[in-house]
Amino acid sequence: MSGKLLNLTLKVWRQKNGKSSGKLVTYKVKDISTEMSFLEMLDVLNEELTKKGEDPIAFDHDCREGICGMCSLMINGKAHGPDLETTTCQLHMRRFSDGDTIVIEPWRARAFPILKDLVVDRSSFDRIISAGGYASINVGNAPDGNTLLVGKESADRAMDSAACIGCGACVASCKNASAMLFVAAKVSHFAELPQGAPERSRRVQRMVAQMDAEGFGGCTNTYECEAACPAGIKVTTIAKLNRELISASLCAQEEQEKAAGHG
Amino acid sequence: MTLDPKIPKGPLADKWTLCKNELKLVSPTNKRKFNIIVVGTGLAGGAAAASLAELGYNVKAFCFQDSPRRAHSIAAQGGINAAKNYQNDGDSVGRLFYDTIKGGDFRAREANVYRLAEVSANIIDQCVAQGVPFAREYGGTLANRTFGGVLVSRTFYARGQTGQQLLLGAYSSLMRQVERGKVKMFPRREMLDLVVIDGIARGIITRNLVNGEFEKHEADAVLLCTGGYSNVFYLSTNAKGCNTTAIWRAYKRGAYFGNPCFTQIHPTSIPIHGEYQSKLTLMSESLRNDGRVWVPKQKGDKRPPQSIPEAERDYYLERKYPTYGNMVPRDVASRNAKAVCDEGRGVGETGQAVYLDFSDAIKRDGKQVIHEKYGNLFHMYEKITAESPYEMPMKIYPAPHYTMGGLWVDYNLESTIPGLFVLGEANFSDHGANRLGASALMQGLADGYFIAPYTIGNHIAARKIEKVSTSHPAFEEALNTCKQTVEKLLSIQGNRSVDSFHRELGRIMWEYCGMSRNETGLKTAIAKIQKLKAEFWKDVKILGENSEFNQSLEQAGRVIDFMDLGELMCRDALDRKESCGGHFREESQTEENEAKRDDQNYCYVSAWQYQGEGKDPQLHKEALEFEAVHLTQRSYK
Repeated sequence: MSGKLLNLTLKVWRQKNGKSSGKLVTYKVKDISTEMSFLEMLDVLNEELTKKGEDPIAFDHDCREGICGMCSLMINGKAHGPDLETTTCQLHMRRFSDGDTIVIEPWRARAFPILKDLVVDRSSFDRIISAGGYASINVGNAPDGNTLLVGKESADRAMDSAACIGCGACVASCKNASAMLFVAAKVSHFAELPQGAPERSRRVQRMVAQMDAEGFGGCTNTYECEAACPAGIKVTTIAKLNRELISASLCAQEEQEKAAGHG
Repeated sequence: MTLDPKIPKGPLADKWTLCKNELKLVSPTNKRKFNIIVVGTGLAGGAAAASLAELGYNVKAFCFQDSPRRAHSIAAQGGINAAKNYQNDGDSVGRLFYDTIKGGDFRAREANVYRLAEVSANIIDQCVAQGVPFAREYGGTLANRTFGGVLVSRTFYARGQTGQQLLLGAYSSLMRQVERGKVKMFPRREMLDLVVIDGIARGIITRNLVNGEFEKHEADAVLLCTGGYSNVFYLSTNAKGCNTTAIWRAYKRGAYFGNPCFTQIHPTSIPIHGEYQSKLTLMSESLRNDGRVWVPKQKGDKRPPQSIPEAERDYYLERKYPTYGNMVPRDVASRNAKAVCDEGRGVGETGQAVYLDFSDAIKRDGKQVIHEKYGNLFHMYEKITAESPYEMPMKIYPAPHYTMGGLWVDYNLESTIPGLFVLGEANFSDHGANRLGASALMQGLADGYFIAPYTIGNHIAARKIEKVSTSHPAFEEALNTCKQTVEKLLSIQGNRSVDSFHRELGRIMWEYCGMSRNETGLKTAIAKIQKLKAEFWKDVKILGENSEFNQSLEQAGRVIDFMDLGELMCRDALDRKESCGGHFREESQTEENEAKRDDQNYCYVSAWQYQGEGKDPQLHKEALEFEAVHLTQRSYK
């Protein structure tokens, strides 16, 4: 096996549940191979803790290949750690040096309450999607896929936005805990496509209203979200979101006036 | 009990239409009186829950992850097949049907596979309508690529993230129904038992993974859409949470288990690099469109790949299978990789790897084109290995990836327990002994969008189902069983972690029930698993309590079921003395070491019935009858 071995100091956020208070606890780990993934390093620590009779550290993870969006972690103050466009599960220990101290914390945002240790509740994201992140199409005899032509450039841009994995790094890295990048990714995905166009205004208005209701903060253009996003979602989607929102509110005004005129 | 697959009468091509004409309907106003439970929210479960809610049923959907969007369908990379013939290359429903049944080495039910091919085109249309951003040509039409085991281009894709986009499509439909109040979503829940009343599936017991509460849920139909069991090998391409618990506990309540030994070892995964390894990462089969597989001709050739001249390389797939070349089906590609490594020609530090080389494709098409096709996969590979596939050939090795086996279902996707339906990878139905690439997504969505919504209506309309309440003694009994198991697990307080047992099970399964199996090995494995189980119940160490977020406890429950399942897989592999698809029995091979099927004696589906703890399960056989296809020895030469 290639790779070097590292000895590290970890400061990990421990919190029994959502009601108790938490604190950073220091652990030493030895002989960590640089070939390991960051989560494998935590597996090794948990194995040792279990042996010693100490409660292992709870952290969310599932696919461990960077696509499911379940893993999280603020690593030395950075969402998903130091690498660009990389989830925590894809971060490898070769990125660290022998003797390093690594601080590991959960996502921190009012809309993401902590459940235990490094695990948070991100169901607010699901509720935002429920509010309008879809094309209202029932299963049935949809028209042939090729009757709806979508230019390659539009399809590519839609895919760029649709690549969001819903991990919440954008929120965690934002000083305002804003979910604008997450919402913008979904709104932009549909804004590039003919599908779902009839509910374009409704979609953006409802998603933004839900985002506000969940307690996410506003956007002040610091672009931390883009820097932290493991899926490479660009802040230009936020510009797109704002444009969609403004035109939606103009449309709504028009409709209201029309309705008033007829009334 | 005799197994009745309920295959509709009539010619193959008309069966599904005739069947739909016969299925009984529930009136639109009555649907709201019925409750349906859907466990698992991947392509099959997400699609089924959304579709059933659209029809008007009240749906409760469950997943163990924090959100339905995380289900492991999301990790499927390459694509989804459909018989659209957009490329004008001679594709048809018949051809997709034939490729799939041949790919499965003639161990799947003809009628099911035909129906799958038949609805494949609707799936693409449905997903396009949802806004799935499939790859497009400049003219705006849908793009296609080719996949292993076929000679046409029928695979639709969204970069290397097809599963993600299809899942997010199903998820968005699901969330729309949550908003409408027709689906109640239960995330971070694990199904621990099935409740059967008067012989009909009437509900489930779940554990809330946040606070440990045991919950009872009643319904008029229960759907298990909980995916496959490759994690029985510990190291697999599956997500860490993927497990067999839901289907295994249903098996213990009377659902038969079909073909448990049919597992797929995928040829292109990143090789193992250390003891601490927690999972294996797949590199999509689509890479074999442009990558060439090779090893050095000389044993033990340790030169870097660039220094090995063309004449000293063995492009063994192209050499042995000139028609299909690098695009042979997965089982064939995996076995050949193992064979060259066993000969001592494997590469990399461990010698357990072969090259997948893109240098010719980059020379031919340019780096930009290759980047557009596979950019995210190359990025992922580089993250894990610190080597760029643009500069160095990838190193790959086979890894457990998919399980064709699963709960036995009839044509209506109903298990041997009435009212219990099983969809997607969790059932055994469509892929026989080997699944072709890009057909798992197809099957999950076919089952969820286009099949279950019809057949479940028939169950509800045709059987007079009395309402039950969760205060029924059967619910109490099931809940107490779950509680007792958890209490027992927490009381052991031995010396070994849950993970250490899971790893050991994985090593046993990989060695004796992996890519190549024989009688002695399988018997050894059964003995070893039994010993491991006994040790587990004496020496496992699980800290903490039930009433809290306790990941070791969750995992322990899954590992118990994996150990039992592992034993059943070995029994099934032992019974099937032929080689077929992914099941390679060393005792049954041709002179060229290819899999040798035995249609005389093994042209059946194995369906295992649980007989109680410590008792041997009983084997039932569903004979496979072929009307439309002629059984041939598979050849990809």
